[in-house]
Amino acid sequence: MSLDDSHLPERTISLAGRLSLTDATTLHEDLLNGVTSDAFESLKLNLSGIEYFDSSAMAVVFDIERTTKAAGKKFELTGLTEAVKGLLTLVDREKLTAPSAAKKPKPERILAQLGGGALSFLADTKAFIVFVGDAAGAMAGSFVNPRSIRWRDTLFYAERAGADALPLVGLVSLLLGLILGFQALMQLKQFGANIYAADLVGLSVVCELGPLMTCILVAGRSGSAFAAEIGTMKVNEEVDALVTMGFDPVRFLAVPRMLALTLVVPVLIVYSGFLGLLGGLIVGVGMGDLTVSGYLLESQKTIQLWDIGQGLIKGETYAVVVGLVGCMRGFQARGSAASVGQSTTSAVVTAIFLIIIVDAVLTLMFQYFGRG
Amino acid sequence: MAEATETKISATNTAPAGKRPVIVQVRDLVVRYGEATILDSVSFEIYQGEIFAILGGSGCGKSTLLRQLMGLEKPAAGNVLIDGDDITAAEGDEQEKILRKIGILFQSGALFGSMTVAENISLRLLEYSDLPQAMIDVIIRMKLSMVGLDNVEDEMPSELSGGMKKRAALARAMAMDPRILFCDEPSSGLDPIGAAELDNLLIQLNRSLGVTIVVVTHDLASISAVAHRAIMLDKSVKNIIAEGKPLDLKEHSDNPLVKNFFNRMAESGVNLKTKSGKEK
Repeated sequence: MSLDDSHLPERTISLAGRLSLTDATTLHEDLLNGVTSDAFESLKLNLSGIEYFDSSAMAVVFDIERTTKAAGKKFELTGLTEAVKGLLTLVDREKLTAPSAAKKPKPERILAQLGGGALSFLADTKAFIVFVGDAAGAMAGSFVNPRSIRWRDTLFYAERAGADALPLVGLVSLLLGLILGFQALMQLKQFGANIYAADLVGLSVVCELGPLMTCILVAGRSGSAFAAEIGTMKVNEEVDALVTMGFDPVRFLAVPRMLALTLVVPVLIVYSGFLGLLGGLIVGVGMGDLTVSGYLLESQKTIQLWDIGQGLIKGETYAVVVGLVGCMRGFQARGSAASVGQSTTSAVVTAIFLIIIVDAVLTLMFQYFGRG
Repeated sequence: MAEATETKISATNTAPAGKRPVIVQVRDLVVRYGEATILDSVSFEIYQGEIFAILGGSGCGKSTLLRQLMGLEKPAAGNVLIDGDDITAAEGDEQEKILRKIGILFQSGALFGSMTVAENISLRLLEYSDLPQAMIDVIIRMKLSMVGLDNVEDEMPSELSGGMKKRAALARAMAMDPRILFCDEPSSGLDPIGAAELDNLLIQLNRSLGVTIVVVTHDLASISAVAHRAIMLDKSVKNIIAEGKPLDLKEHSDNPLVKNFFNRMAESGVNLKTKSGKEK
C-alpha cells in the first residue's frame, strides 16, 4: 500500500499485489488509519497494481468507501483490473456502500418480550386444548369402530414404550426403593421403629414415586420419540400426504401411540412398584435387622387396594398427558430439522411440567374424596 | 435479481478461449458399496474456468461421483486431484486446505435450519478468518447481492421460498471465494424461470470470477445453456460413455443412450408421435 499526499486536499492510496482473506484484516486497519485523517477532502483508491482480489478485499474497499462517504468526503475507485470489474458486476456497490448499510438490529424492549411470552403461552394453551379435543374425538371414533384402529402400529409402539423400557424402569425403581429405604431407616433407627421403613417405602413407591418416576421415564423415552417421529413426518410433508389421501392424521398417527401408552403404563407401574418394594426390602433386611417375612407382612398390612388403584389412576392420567403432549408437539413442528429438535425438547419439558401439575391436583382430589 | 434476468441465456455457453490448466483430475476411480460396483475405473479432467456437467440416467453414479469429488466418501481405488492435491488421501489440515478451495451447492440447499441466512453464510468466514464482524457483515451482504437477494440476512431458511433457499445456499457456497463450485441438481425444485435465473447466475459467477463450476444435472435446457463440456455416465458400463460439448453430444453422438438422453426419448424406443410427426 502506498500513500500520495502531494495533491492535498486529494489523497491517493494505491494497492498492489495479492489481496485475499488472509490479508483483509491488516489491509482494513491500514486503510482505516489512512483515511481517518481530516487532511484531505477526496480519496482515490488506485487498484491498478492488483494481481488477485477476492470478496473479503472487496468488502474492505466497500467499508472504506462507506466510512469516507459517511465523513462527508469524496471517494473514487481507479485502475480497475478485470478481476475487480468482474466482482463489481455481481454486486450492488451503491447499496453496499450507502451510509445506512451497516444497520444494527434494535433490541426488543422488556415489556414487549413479556407481552410476546404471555401471548405465546396463551396460544400454546389454546393449541393444547384444541389438540385434546381433536384427540378425544379421534379416540372416541376409534372406539366406536375398533377395526379402524391401527392395531399393528399400536402393538409396535406398545413394545417400544413398554417391553423396551423394562430394564430402565426396573433399575430406576429398584434404586429408588433402596434410597428411600436407606433414608427412612436412618431416621427410624433412632426410635427403634425400623419396621415402619416398610410402610414408608411401600406407600411412597405405590402411591406416588413409582407412577411419577415411571411416567417421567416414559416421557423421556417415548414422548420425545413421538414428537420427533411426527415432527419429521410433518417437515417431510408426510402428514400433508396423509391428509390429501383422506386420512385424519391425529387418528392415523396419534391414536395408536396414545393407546399404546395407556395400555403399557399400568403394567410398568405395577412392575415399578414391585421393584421399588424389593429395593426397600433389601435395605430393610440388610441394614435394618428386619426379616423378609416381617417386612412383607408389614407392607401387605399398609398397602391397601385403594393405594394401588390411586397409583394406577395417576399413572394412567400421566400416560395420557405424555401421549397427548408428545403427539401435539410433533404436529407443531414446522419447516426444519431445528424445529423437530425444539418439538422434541418441548415434548419432554411440557410433559414433565404437566405431570407435576396433574399429580398435585390428583393428590388433593384423593385426599378429599378418597384415602389420600 | 434485475441483472440476472437481463442476461439472456444463449443456446450454448462458450468456453473461455485458450489452453487452460487442469483443476480437477479423476484417475481410475473405482467406487463400491459392499459388493456392488457403482463406478469402475473412471478417468477425466476438468479445466480451470470451465463449467463442466456430469450427466446420466438415474442410478448411473452421478451423485456418487460428485460425493467423491467433494471428498465426502473414499473410493475403493483411484484418486481425485483437486488443484494438484489428492482429496481421497488427504486428512486433517491437508483436507481442510483442499476443502477451502471448493464450495458446494447441495440439491436441497442444505442450509442449517437453526441459523439465520447471515449465520449460514458467515459460518466458514468466522472459523477460518479473523475478520471483524463489520467486515463479515459487508461480505454477507455482498454475497447475497451477488445472488440477487436483499434484506434476508436475519431470515431463517424455513421462511424462504425454494428459489430463495437455493440462492442463499449459493451465497454460502461462494462465501470463501472458492476456486471450484460443485452444484448437485441446481435447478431441481425450481420453476423454469427460477431455474433459468439460477443458470444465469452460475454463468455470471463463472465469467466474472473465473470460478470453475461442476454441475450434476438432468435438466436438458440447463445443460445446453450452461455447460462448456460434459461427460455422460451409464450404469451398464459403470463408466463414461460420452465426453464433449453438450451440443456436439446432442447432435453428433452415435451412442443411442446419449441420443436418447439428449432427445428425451424412452430407452425402449417407444415414442408417441402425432400424425404431424410432433412428439407428444
